[in-house]
Amino acid sequence: MGIIETKKLIFEYIRRDRDGEPEGVTKALDNVDLSVEQGDFIAVLGHNGSGKSTLARHINAILYPTEGTVFVDGMDTADNAHIWDIRRTAGMVFQNPDNQIIGTVVEEDVGFGPENMGVPSKEIWERVEESLKAVGMYKYRKRSPSKLSGGQKQRVAIAGVVAMHPKCIVLDEPTAMLDPRGRREVIRAVRALNDVEGITVILITHYMEEVIYANKVFVMDKGKIVMQGSPREIFSRVEELKQIRLSVPQATELAWELKKAGLKLPDGILNEEELVKALSGIYR
Amino acid sequence: MSIIVNHLSYIYNQGTVYELKALSDVSFKIDDSEYIGLLGATGSGKSTLVQVLNGLITPSEGSVYYNGEDIFERDYDRKQLRSRVGLVFQYPEHQLFEADVFSDVCFGPANLGLSRTECELRAYEALKMVGLRDEDFYVSPFDLSGGEKRRAAIAGVLAMKPEILILDEPVAGLDPGGRDEILLLIKRIREETGMTVILVSHSMDDAAENSERLLVMHEGQLLFDASPKEVFSEYETLLEIGLDIPQVTKVLRGLKSMGVQINCDAITLREAKEEILRSFGIR
Repeated sequence: MGIIETKKLIFEYIRRDRDGEPEGVTKALDNVDLSVEQGDFIAVLGHNGSGKSTLARHINAILYPTEGTVFVDGMDTADNAHIWDIRRTAGMVFQNPDNQIIGTVVEEDVGFGPENMGVPSKEIWERVEESLKAVGMYKYRKRSPSKLSGGQKQRVAIAGVVAMHPKCIVLDEPTAMLDPRGRREVIRAVRALNDVEGITVILITHYMEEVIYANKVFVMDKGKIVMQGSPREIFSRVEELKQIRLSVPQATELAWELKKAGLKLPDGILNEEELVKALSGIYR
Repeated sequence: MSIIVNHLSYIYNQGTVYELKALSDVSFKIDDSEYIGLLGATGSGKSTLVQVLNGLITPSEGSVYYNGEDIFERDYDRKQLRSRVGLVFQYPEHQLFEADVFSDVCFGPANLGLSRTECELRAYEALKMVGLRDEDFYVSPFDLSGGEKRRAAIAGVLAMKPEILILDEPVAGLDPGGRDEILLLIKRIREETGMTVILVSHSMDDAAENSERLLVMHEGQLLFDASPKEVFSEYETLLEIGLDIPQVTKVLRGLKSMGVQINCDAITLREAKEEILRSFGIR
């Protein structure tokens, strides 16, 4: 069994009108079967309201299935006895770093999680050091988080999760509020956690360029998983993606347009380097 | 409405140990109906500049003129200023609060002291302009989708009939479909009303596709004030200050360095496509 397994997962909630009377039922997740292996780097794509975040919240046992089951490292999230173990196994990082940072000094903020878990204080400091090093923020350990840039704050938030030694990290649009440098920093840190530390990563994003590092991509629409495959497979399906309000990286779209205009290019080009290489191969 | 910003400086916590110079001697001029992209990394001074332009904070030094009038003069009508300069904050949907969409959009004009009929007329017009459906006018704003909520929030600002529309990252957090819709909407509004638009953005691609002129901030100073093409030819500098260039421009630069005879100044997908096809002898 993989580290995350969902079987026929359905999540419904009741819509209410202004007076609080039930109006109808919305199915936010509709029969989702998902399997993630330890060490995977998964990306989840989908337009606003497609069910991505609802899915993420199930992995962290913030929401529970209406029907079906979610297993995190073999534990059923519907079983209350496992709730703390599940949250320790699958850490979560949200969109806005300002809502996730509580400490007044970077290293204290990162130590908050392990401290809450009852880790002995000597070990807390070891964990703080290694987590800050893992995201490249060790030299800022004595700083006040309020004096950091968006990308730096988000990396501190990630370190706070890493310090709890999760097997899996779920990141829900961690770069939505960041400038280009901040985005590069956060994605680099996330890739390092996956590569070096072997932590399973589930990255939810709207930025297509960030998806190309994943080994598997799930595309959601109307609560269902409608496509899955490698980034190259997914980004070969430009028109289908556009139909569900998504896009592809700009270099992929350019390659697709050039191909339509008659240049002999392969499908699913992922970044500018690949496009430059493919184009220079057919020059003259 | 034309804007002149003259030697503007702003210092936070002046005279304390936390003193921070957020704007340092910034000067520029914006003409009627221009579409300006305002770029800069986090902490570069963009938001401070926007707040000064809206009269929310008073500069430490320098002045801002709208149509020749200094907005920080003692007798300048600040209340009127708020209606002339519409500011759409980041995540504006967080500021929706009324029971239904229509009342929410009426709130701004009502605060200007306009008659009820006039408020409702303006609200209707603004909601039509942002393309919300009639049946959504009387639902709770919280029942709208992310993109619709944002359009409702923008309608709230448009109902004030501003002459300048400043949007602070209006597409942050939206999916690609939603992003395109909002950017198209802004373009259309500007064409229909002749409003001056200042778009604060972290997306180089959006800035390249939409603006006619870019202002680039770095450490409180105005580093570039030029056309998108000129700005995006400064790749190394932009990278250094935490920004980037459009991906398609990188492709062209890559091709050139491989010895392909190609012009690198295209910054939009369409331009890049034409240039590559031309260079490869397809057209």
